[in-house]
Amino acid sequence: MAPMLQSSQQWVEKYRPRQVKDVAHQDEVVRVLTNTLETTNCPHMLFYGPPGIGKTTTALAIAHQLFGPELYKSRVLELNASDDRGINVVRTKIKDFAAIAVGSAQRQGGYPCPPYKIIILDEADSMTEDAQNALRRTMETYSKVTRFFFICNYISRIIEPLASRCAKFRFKPITEEIMSSRILHICKEEGLNLDAEALSTLSYISQGDLRRAITYLQGATRLFGSSISSNDLISVSGVIPQDVVEALFTACRSGDFDLANKEVNKIIAEGYPVSLLLSQIFDVVVEAEDISDEQKARICKRLAEADKCLVDGADEYLQLLNVASHVMLALCNMPEELNYES
Amino acid sequence: MLWVDKYRPKTLDQVIVHQDIALNLKKLVTEQDCPHLLFYGSSGSGKKTLIMALLRQVFGPGAEKVKVENRTWKIDAGSRTIDLELTTLSSANHVELSPSDVGFQDRYIVQEIIKEMAKNRPIDTKGKRGYKVLVLNEVDKLSREAQHSLRRTMEKYSTSCRLILCCNSSSKVIEAIRSRCLNVRINAPTEEQIVKVLEFIGKKEGLQLPSGFAARIAEKSNRSLRRAILSFETCRVQQYPFTSNQAIPPMDWEEYVSEIASDIMKEQSPKRLFQVRGKLYELLTNCIPPEIVLKRLLYELLKRLDAELKHEICHWAAYYEHRMRLGQKAIFHLEAFVAKFMSIYKGFLITTFG
Repeated sequence: MAPMLQSSQQWVEKYRPRQVKDVAHQDEVVRVLTNTLETTNCPHMLFYGPPGIGKTTTALAIAHQLFGPELYKSRVLELNASDDRGINVVRTKIKDFAAIAVGSAQRQGGYPCPPYKIIILDEADSMTEDAQNALRRTMETYSKVTRFFFICNYISRIIEPLASRCAKFRFKPITEEIMSSRILHICKEEGLNLDAEALSTLSYISQGDLRRAITYLQGATRLFGSSISSNDLISVSGVIPQDVVEALFTACRSGDFDLANKEVNKIIAEGYPVSLLLSQIFDVVVEAEDISDEQKARICKRLAEADKCLVDGADEYLQLLNVASHVMLALCNMPEELNYES
Repeated sequence: MLWVDKYRPKTLDQVIVHQDIALNLKKLVTEQDCPHLLFYGSSGSGKKTLIMALLRQVFGPGAEKVKVENRTWKIDAGSRTIDLELTTLSSANHVELSPSDVGFQDRYIVQEIIKEMAKNRPIDTKGKRGYKVLVLNEVDKLSREAQHSLRRTMEKYSTSCRLILCCNSSSKVIEAIRSRCLNVRINAPTEEQIVKVLEFIGKKEGLQLPSGFAARIAEKSNRSLRRAILSFETCRVQQYPFTSNQAIPPMDWEEYVSEIASDIMKEQSPKRLFQVRGKLYELLTNCIPPEIVLKRLLYELLKRLDAELKHEICHWAAYYEHRMRLGQKAIFHLEAFVAKFMSIYKGFLITTFG
């Protein structure tokens, strides 16, 4: 391979664990799966948990370890949200693949090669309900020769009949130690210098998402070279500096609407993402000691509403201004006598 | 040629405003190792300029030779085929497009074009296989499905294809995509920076700038460099040599919105509402985006209102903008906002003055 390609590989891909036993911190899952590897007996599986903790990695690793590189192509079908996955695909592509018969178990080149195929449906929670319903019967009919792996973030978006047909595995969020050790491992491999402060910053800004942590690390390395400080990481991650949040808060405390409006305008012009700002305001509000519980409740309610509106695609400036105005009303104990609900 | 285009920095070295970002970007690509990038910032802050300069840095002057193409795709979606048409800008090494132009079918475009690009990779003179760059504009307007379909595609084809995404607000880009990109925040230039650029242009054009004139343009520009340069050029056309108290022509539509604001402050009645409807329609038919109209209207109203009413009005502005986004017809919501304002204001007047 050309040297250029080597260097342009994403670290996320480069350091993706290749074997099930390398997957960090998911002990129960790993135990069950290693058992599967020995006995080649495997139920339908459903992996769920927050992003960036190794669900896809585990599924790919087990498929590779079961079949080895040669059989992998013919035995494993990997579908994710980037492929078309409407009801038509379920009826044709998945069903056709599931229906193919396979030879009996024969070990080939050190791989177990059990007599079934695997269909990995990544990001299954973005499948439509119809498509999921269409899968129900398919799963049972071809269960002799096909196993399904579903991967999703929110198990509540998988319809009950599918969930009940699978062995469910909840992937735990990665603890700080595990994340640190993994990051330090990468730092050692890549020859990076990361001090303790930067390390704790990294685990704070990535919030348990290992993929995000590695992406930030790689981004910071590209921009700032091999010794990285915590400030470099913050600038790469796009986290909003604390003083910006503080400034908005102080403006709200002052009770002067125009001041708050000016602050909001400044934040929008600086281009900070408002959804992130909302969650940072939330952190400040919850931890603040001089705010009464009632005030906190009032503020949080508005934050939640603004967040929903942003998800719907509403304008950032107006939403932030609205939040600022309500925070001000709450902090200055101005009554919300106005009937906003109608 | 307009000054906006004429004085657009062509390389990363020429950039005046975001020098630190340009420096970082340069470091990034000199290592031949470019991650996916996500540029975000308000309009007129220089995202596009930086992207073009970056492409030039990577691929040399060849990146500027672009051709505009109106391409059609035939996409096989199960039982039917979908025909899609989209304008693309492409050079040998990069393709630029705004997938959101095709509306709800944008995800087909995103999937198709990346797969297509990954299939034929350019080979450079040394026989090495390089990568292509896909620039996607207005990612925040992409549908959820299209954004989801980008996720895995980005990882799968990362060896052959780099994405540069460009958007106004990164809140509307899903977390999964943000976490896969190096996020570059482009802040809007400060007024001092705008003044610096205007003075630079003035010097190049050999113009005499009275003191304070550039600062006044910068103040009116709302921190958008593009707008500042455009209005600078307008001033030049209107009157030269400049006088220090020369009026800076405001945008027509802003005048118009300001007029609407005074109208509804003056009289609150169904008749006035009807007149305002005509004016709002006028704005919409001139392709002023409804949310911009609403924002400007709020801005004008806030200038004129008492402090106690401001909270309520800004709440309703946010409320109706949200509704507008969910609904189909913008005019209903604009009008609802005006009506709401009228009723609140009238109520306020009655309680205060009896």
